[in-house]
Amino acid sequence: MIDTTLIERINLLSSQTIQLCYHCHKCTAGCPVASEMTYGPDRVLRLVQFGEKERLLASHDIWLCAGCETCGTRCPNEIDIARVMDALRQIAIAEGVRPAEPYAEKFHKTFLFIVQNMGRMHEASLLAAFKLWTMDLLSDMDSAPAMLLKGKIPLLPHLLKGRGDVRRIFEETSDVKRET
Amino acid sequence: MAKIGIFVCHCGHNIAGTVDVQQVVAEAQKNPDVAFAIDYKYMCSDPGQQLIRESIAKYGLDGVVVAACSPAMHETTFRKTVASAGMNAFKCESANIREQCSWVHQNAKDEATLKAIAIASSIAEKVKGNEELTPLTLPLTHRTLVIGGGIAGMQAALDVADAGYPVILVEKQDRLGGRMAQLSGTFLNFAAAPDLLRQIIERVSAHPHIQVLTNAEVSELSGYVGNFRAHITHYALRITQPDTVGPDSPPSEGFTFDIGAVVVATGWQPYDRAKLPEYGGADIPDVVDGLTFEKMLAPGSEIRRPSDGRVPREIVFVQCAGSRDRERGVPYCSKVCCMYVAKQAMLYRERVPDGQAYVFYIDIRSAGKNYDEYVQRAMTDFSVLYLRGKVSKIFREGDKVMVWGADTLSDRALEIAADMVVLATPMTPTAGAAELGQRLHISTDANGFYNEAHPKLRPVETLTAGIFLAGAGQGPKDIPETVAQASGAAAKVLQLFSKDEMTASPMVATVIPELCAACGACVKACPYGARSIHPLWNIATVNAALCQGCGACVVACPNKASQVHNWRPEQILAMVDALYE
Repeated sequence: MIDTTLIERINLLSSQTIQLCYHCHKCTAGCPVASEMTYGPDRVLRLVQFGEKERLLASHDIWLCAGCETCGTRCPNEIDIARVMDALRQIAIAEGVRPAEPYAEKFHKTFLFIVQNMGRMHEASLLAAFKLWTMDLLSDMDSAPAMLLKGKIPLLPHLLKGRGDVRRIFEETSDVKRET
Repeated sequence: MAKIGIFVCHCGHNIAGTVDVQQVVAEAQKNPDVAFAIDYKYMCSDPGQQLIRESIAKYGLDGVVVAACSPAMHETTFRKTVASAGMNAFKCESANIREQCSWVHQNAKDEATLKAIAIASSIAEKVKGNEELTPLTLPLTHRTLVIGGGIAGMQAALDVADAGYPVILVEKQDRLGGRMAQLSGTFLNFAAAPDLLRQIIERVSAHPHIQVLTNAEVSELSGYVGNFRAHITHYALRITQPDTVGPDSPPSEGFTFDIGAVVVATGWQPYDRAKLPEYGGADIPDVVDGLTFEKMLAPGSEIRRPSDGRVPREIVFVQCAGSRDRERGVPYCSKVCCMYVAKQAMLYRERVPDGQAYVFYIDIRSAGKNYDEYVQRAMTDFSVLYLRGKVSKIFREGDKVMVWGADTLSDRALEIAADMVVLATPMTPTAGAAELGQRLHISTDANGFYNEAHPKLRPVETLTAGIFLAGAGQGPKDIPETVAQASGAAAKVLQLFSKDEMTASPMVATVIPELCAACGACVKACPYGARSIHPLWNIATVNAALCQGCGACVVACPNKASQVHNWRPEQILAMVDALYE
């Protein structure tokens, strides 16, 4: 018997109907990080249908996904694969599976930390915190000059007036039992 | 001296781009038999035709040559034109200077022009010798024979009978309904096939214009369109299985009918799964074909394993089990299986909610209205798992049926231990279809399906005038297509019956009695059975209704006694002379 129970769990968590996928491959063909992935978006959906939970949660694919939504925008069956990737990430965290791309998980966490405390994103803080946490100081240096010149990294943060409210939103939703 | 008009068409650039049409006109005018010659951009257009009409009146023309496209395009058009101007239609001929000249000599303009001049001149010679002919009128019996009492035959019978014409409906089994009566629900809305059929069968049985003959077969059909003679044999008792050829009880009686048109609706039968040894042949009881599974899905029946009667909890459907298989001799797609497998899988999941259904497929062909959405429902609403790969082997292991397949979408081989397997086997022509085709003088293709007259434009006619096709006997199709085709065939019948008489082309063979030696060579040569030797007068005769003007008898006759109207030997020799001038 092929274990098909994962399908319903993912469908519920991501609000998608993944069985609609007919593997036209348009998502994978347009995914900007597909070349780095092991399976690609449509193969990930296929593996869900076969109940391959361990393999998926341990894969690089779910952490390499940039959430750019190119896949979901182009899917002829209106499946938002980025949301499915997100659902798989949520299950991985909930079940304590070590992410195959640790930098990706750290980036997500750092990002949310900044937003929680400043009320909105501050790229310079994100950079500093991420670099210190991973101790990988130099690998993105080649992007730095262009980003600075374009004004992508404002040095002074804009502290939101309502940052207290944002912090409360984080605090009050952190212990909501998520159906994962 | 004849007074022929030569009308040279430019056909836009098609002819004039290669052939010097003015030169063709100039050369034609030199012919003493030509009273008038002119060129025009589009002869077939209204002004072009008007030019022809006016010229006939103005110059007192007694013959017309339109040097233009192939007669297959516009011979009928121009013949109607001259007829409307009071000239006999058969004094008009097409000289093909397009398909057989300008279109194939585009790089040799001078030679093409010379060739066009020669073609026009030779056709002018032919027209000189043409007699004024009148189309033949033949009597027409307004009774239809429908062979096959399934949904196709019944629909055609109802359409013709509702128009007021009598129908004889012949069915070789003991009841009407055909294969549709063997189905459970139908896709798309699971409406029960027997319920849908009940109304139709009742209407057919009660119809004042339809005579139903069950346990009957057409043993002979002679004659020609509008004037067939059918011999029907009725069998008192049918002991054998419905799918075998021939009865095993002697015929009880025969009926003969005069028939005007025939609709062949003999349907299909499932491929014998014994010919699929890698899928267990017919030896594994829990491996059945689609039609057998239908019986289990019928209301009141249960889905149970044939071996031990248990309800199957894991069921595998195998699509393309024999179809699309060149090696198996069934290269074609059977069209309906993708749809009925989805239906059967959904009905199974409804009846056995804790069961798991798998479908192995290579492609999904769901090309009708709402069909693709229907198949997707099986995947989304009924949790049927669709696996993309052709099943390699099916065998027994203990009380399970092992299925070896693959899923190419995830690059994996699969082995499923199933309780039951349903094979979607090919749709093949019904038993005895080819023999019936021979009796009716209609042809079948390499797969045994009846040949339509043209694959695109004439899907319900055969090349035998008066014999039409409906249903799966012509090729695999589902119920809505069958009904549409049956109504199409009925429309062709009604078209034939719309007049009280038939007209036929007068370009048929004729016999010059003084030259005929009654040798019988023409009788042997005629492919249409139109020749015979008159018993009293001892000369060959022509059945003008059957004769197609092919000329085989002309070639066979040693005395040139057999000639085709307006294609006489002296005409042809004059045409050859004109070509060599």
